[in-house]
Amino acid sequence: MDLLTLLEMVATGMGDRVLVGERKDGLTGAQLRDRAATGGRLLAGTGARTVVYLGGNGPAFPVALFSAAAAHVPFLPLNYRLSDDQLREILARQEDAVVVTDTSERAERLAPHLTVLDLDGFLDRCASTVPNATLVSGGQEAVAVLLMTSGTTAAPKSAVLRHRHLTSYILGSVEFASAEETDATIVSVPPYHIAAVANLLSNLYAGRRIVYLDHFTAAEWLAVVRAQAITHAMVVPTMLSRIVRELQESAATAPPSLRSLSYGGAKVSAKVIADALRLFPGTGFVNAYGLTETSSSIAVLGPDDHREALDGDDPQVRLRLGSVGRALPHVTIEVQDDHGEPCAPGVVGDIVVRGAQVAGEYVEGGSRLDERGWFPTRDLGYLDQDGYLFVQGRADDTIIRGGENIAPAEIEEALTTHEAVLDCAVVGVPDEEWGQRIAAFVVVKPEHRCTVEEIRAHVRTRLRGSKTPDLVRFIEELPVTATGKVLRRNLVADFAVR
Amino acid sequence: MPLTVGSQLRSTSSTCEVVVVRAPGLEGTVYCGDAEMTSVAAGRPATGSTEGPAVVLGKRYEHQPSGLELLCVKPGPGPLTFNGAELVLKSAKPLPASD
Repeated sequence: MDLLTLLEMVATGMGDRVLVGERKDGLTGAQLRDRAATGGRLLAGTGARTVVYLGGNGPAFPVALFSAAAAHVPFLPLNYRLSDDQLREILARQEDAVVVTDTSERAERLAPHLTVLDLDGFLDRCASTVPNATLVSGGQEAVAVLLMTSGTTAAPKSAVLRHRHLTSYILGSVEFASAEETDATIVSVPPYHIAAVANLLSNLYAGRRIVYLDHFTAAEWLAVVRAQAITHAMVVPTMLSRIVRELQESAATAPPSLRSLSYGGAKVSAKVIADALRLFPGTGFVNAYGLTETSSSIAVLGPDDHREALDGDDPQVRLRLGSVGRALPHVTIEVQDDHGEPCAPGVVGDIVVRGAQVAGEYVEGGSRLDERGWFPTRDLGYLDQDGYLFVQGRADDTIIRGGENIAPAEIEEALTTHEAVLDCAVVGVPDEEWGQRIAAFVVVKPEHRCTVEEIRAHVRTRLRGSKTPDLVRFIEELPVTATGKVLRRNLVADFAVR
Repeated sequence: MPLTVGSQLRSTSSTCEVVVVRAPGLEGTVYCGDAEMTSVAAGRPATGSTEGPAVVLGKRYEHQPSGLELLCVKPGPGPLTFNGAELVLKSAKPLPASD
């Protein structure tokens, strides 16, 4: 089973339904299929072995993704917000790739060895379709999508998702053509995120029209939801807390068309959820937990779970507002102790998962599945007696700020290049809006002085803005273990106390 | 013939095509009407049979005794049978949209 089979099903069963864009001039299922067939031939003609997508959200994203599948080459969406140096480094590792981009000049400058296709030109050429052009499957073992993870070291890894992983996720969680013709979803997660890939496939397969919002603001999001009578949406926690604040400040009522609002990607404060549930009384809330390496969601807290937790008397049930719900039917989640044995309910351990949608593979380093097929999520958590999963944080120290994974090591490396910095450690501290914020603990060299603003400016010029420490604190020395490892937990706890 | 999850089956007598969604350690032959279904890519039906109950696009069909489950990816006349028994339409269990 591969993505092209899904696309053919959509084109056969819902060929006339507009599925991407505005209802009056968007792409139908059949048009998307025909464009993918043409785009596939075009991409195959370049001899490329990877299709890099460097652009924003929009109809070009699905066309390029399915065209790559039709050309039997992996699709690699990259973050256009990366610095020139970071992008150059990633692009240098791609041999024989074609870059489809809305910033051709930048791509040509950063990767002179690659073929660059202008995104609008590509879309135009895909539109001149040949009727009934055939799509030939490249097999379910072929790599469908590559996604960069932030990794705990500064060098990002590429997660490998094969056709069978993505299609297993879809077949396991979505019913074909189950959406009503009037349904529509708004997508504001960036195209280089697993949520955008999963979202595209789920909604096409269900037959739900996708409306892209390229640059998120809460006001714009609400305006589009109202104007397009959006019924479904998926947001990251930072977006949710901004939508809540926008509604509270403007004293406006929530758009009544919205039947389902799903959120995920990072930890959300229970207060934001409770506020959101009250502001959207007619909306079903879904908390989704998943990883890039698991083809998106593996656990879901559904609408009824949310309302029962909000209104319930049972303290155990009320707690579930902070849970990510229960495992999807086609995956198994376990919490294991240090010996790989399942933990009792309520006991914190390593969250592991297995199932047909679990890829757990990287270009650098191969498969991370153990001999029993378990993939270690590297998240810590526990299951309650009814199988509800509570995620307690990352086993490693990755900071998740507004859904974006940030490796402390990269910021620490930048900090140590400052002439006054002797030692430093960067940790994530809990934050209601961002899930976590970046806190830098800095030890200044003797006879040196520097200010908070100098430290922040120093990092900002070397990394992108979202990696600039939100908080900087000067301390005399870092707490370390006997073996010299920084006790990050102590720093986080210390922060909470003050 | 071993039935492997993800493989696509077709016959020479119907336009119907299915994908194996679940086959817990199963071997055997799936029939569509009177014709064997195989994963061979060749042999598209020249003149598709029009007899037989419709196998519907996107629907799942199961053989409860064995746990075999098939998904229809191209519609056509059936019925689908396995081990002499007709597969039955599986009812959908709706999950909340998580993305």
